[in-house]
Amino acid sequence: MNEGLIEFKPVDNKGLGRNAPSAFERTYKAEITSIHQLTPMENLYRMQLIDTAERKGFSFEPGQFVMLELPGIGEAPFSITSSPLRHGDIELCIRKAGNLTNFLSRVGRGTRVGIRGPLGAGFPMEKMHGQDILLIAGGLGLAPLRACISYAQDNRSRFNNVDIIYGAKEPSQFLFTYQYDWWRADDIGLHITVEKPDASWKGPVGMTTNILEQILSSRGSSFHENTYAIVCGPPVMFKFVCSMLTQKNLPMQKMFVSLERRMHCGMGKCCRCNVGSTYTCLKGPVFDYWTVMNLKEAI
Amino acid sequence: MLFRVIAREELKRLFGFLVSAHTVVGPVKAGRDRTGLPLYAFEEVERFEDLSLDYAMTKIPAKRFFLPYREDMAVFEMRKDDWEKKVDYNMGRPRIFFGMHPCDINALNRLDKVLMGETYPMPYYIAKRRNTVIIGIDCTPRPCCFCRSMGADTALHGFDMFLTDIGERYFAEILSDTAFTFLKKISATEPSGEDHVLYKKAAAARNERFVTHVDTTDLMKILDMEFQSDVWKQWGDKCLSCGACSNVCPTCYCYGVEETVDLKLTTARKTKMLYSCNVIDFAEVAGGHNFRPERHIRLKYRYYHKHRGFVEAYEESLCVGCGRCGESCLSGITVPEVIASIRGAL
Repeated sequence: MNEGLIEFKPVDNKGLGRNAPSAFERTYKAEITSIHQLTPMENLYRMQLIDTAERKGFSFEPGQFVMLELPGIGEAPFSITSSPLRHGDIELCIRKAGNLTNFLSRVGRGTRVGIRGPLGAGFPMEKMHGQDILLIAGGLGLAPLRACISYAQDNRSRFNNVDIIYGAKEPSQFLFTYQYDWWRADDIGLHITVEKPDASWKGPVGMTTNILEQILSSRGSSFHENTYAIVCGPPVMFKFVCSMLTQKNLPMQKMFVSLERRMHCGMGKCCRCNVGSTYTCLKGPVFDYWTVMNLKEAI
Repeated sequence: MLFRVIAREELKRLFGFLVSAHTVVGPVKAGRDRTGLPLYAFEEVERFEDLSLDYAMTKIPAKRFFLPYREDMAVFEMRKDDWEKKVDYNMGRPRIFFGMHPCDINALNRLDKVLMGETYPMPYYIAKRRNTVIIGIDCTPRPCCFCRSMGADTALHGFDMFLTDIGERYFAEILSDTAFTFLKKISATEPSGEDHVLYKKAAAARNERFVTHVDTTDLMKILDMEFQSDVWKQWGDKCLSCGACSNVCPTCYCYGVEETVDLKLTTARKTKMLYSCNVIDFAEVAGGHNFRPERHIRLKYRYYHKHRGFVEAYEESLCVGCGRCGESCLSGITVPEVIASIRGAL
């Protein structure tokens, strides 16, 4: 072979942060430091980025997600459920649902996992300063909202009323029950409801929309001016909750939802999370309701 | 833009120089279809005689040299309680593409926007794109080609040199210093007035051969209006969800990732495989919920991404009009027909 006519050009890392090509497959190594069973189906995993500098430098907004990688098993997206103040000492609330999550339910403390992220757009909490917040969650939808609740606790004086409406199918499926008193102690209203009560259940029975209706009727005429709503749950819940809020004149841009989709890259390349033709992983997973209404097939 | 004229024999000499130093990929005859017509493919070529520069169209586009159908993204070395991730972009040496049609060049230009853009540029693609020198060549439009309607019938950038057959000679557009350096190895002359005339004649003759057209006027709006149209259902009933269209599409870049462990449990691999949004589990999440459970919804989504979403983001369609999907579809679904039916013209 002759000497090369063309020079080899390595991939340079022009651009900073996520715009550097090396960011694409950048994995932080983390260690599972504790596993707490929340329900028979869901565990809370606390994991710490091993490198101290990486841990301190890891900052995220409530609503953002990470790709959790178990080498040889797979990779999947999960919303961060812990407070942003804790940086790279994160918590993920994970249901046993697929290959990766079932494997994860069998590992122990000290397991080393890979974390890519934080990815996506979170809830614009700063915009909501000075206002009431309504957090409406159905089932596992509480997981991403817990980061918002933590943010509200950490910055309680910056918000007026903070109310959580949380519905589950059965009382045994409630997540984070050990924190309810703590939330209430921080002057956060917590309203929980179940669809199917058991003998021990003494609280309200029905959908989150029933509770929402009660709360909305108690709010004054300036409700739409001083409230932001954050919604996460099954697709059918989005529809009913958001249309009730719209009837109360809450502008679509003051309602935020977090969508779930399949993802293989989290970086706008694999197309698996596209809604209409918008990447959930880049423009979302948190969208305002106006954007969602304009996305075909979103909810 | 710099122009040169190259005699046929000189082009052969050029190929000789290139192949002696680098891997050269080009169109070759790979077989015959059931009607006896030749089938073409892009393969590594060592002899000039094996090249079919007058090829009609390859079944599989050039994309596999930039986005391999299967590619390892990373390898993990597994230890007892720990692991090490090693990332390799899988491109160690430069490569030369000899004879790429305008539609395939435009397909790469459009892929560049997503894969080399500002947000999370993809190093696996960049490594291959940056290290591939492209020599484009003019084509003879076939009946199924509608690249003209998609603005992809001529390539304006994204190549190093572009050749147009003007009879005994090739008319060459030179876009890069790399290509200009190649020409120092052979005899290439400045085009004469007569060469200009021949080039313009060749271009006009090619223009007349486009017979399939797609009306893209207001297509973005029309697609939104007709989102609930029954027409999608009719196409969905024909679609087999096999994914052949994505397989042969020069701009389909979506993929899935799979991780595997070797039998000795010492290494694990993260592998990326090109996928298709027409395949049933494309949007299925853990737990079994499928966001696009029906064939027509998946087929529709593919059209929305190509002809609406990409247009919204980049002001041009992700479809280059090569017609490969229609040729490969077992149910005979073609882009011009689908779009005409959505417009109510069928």
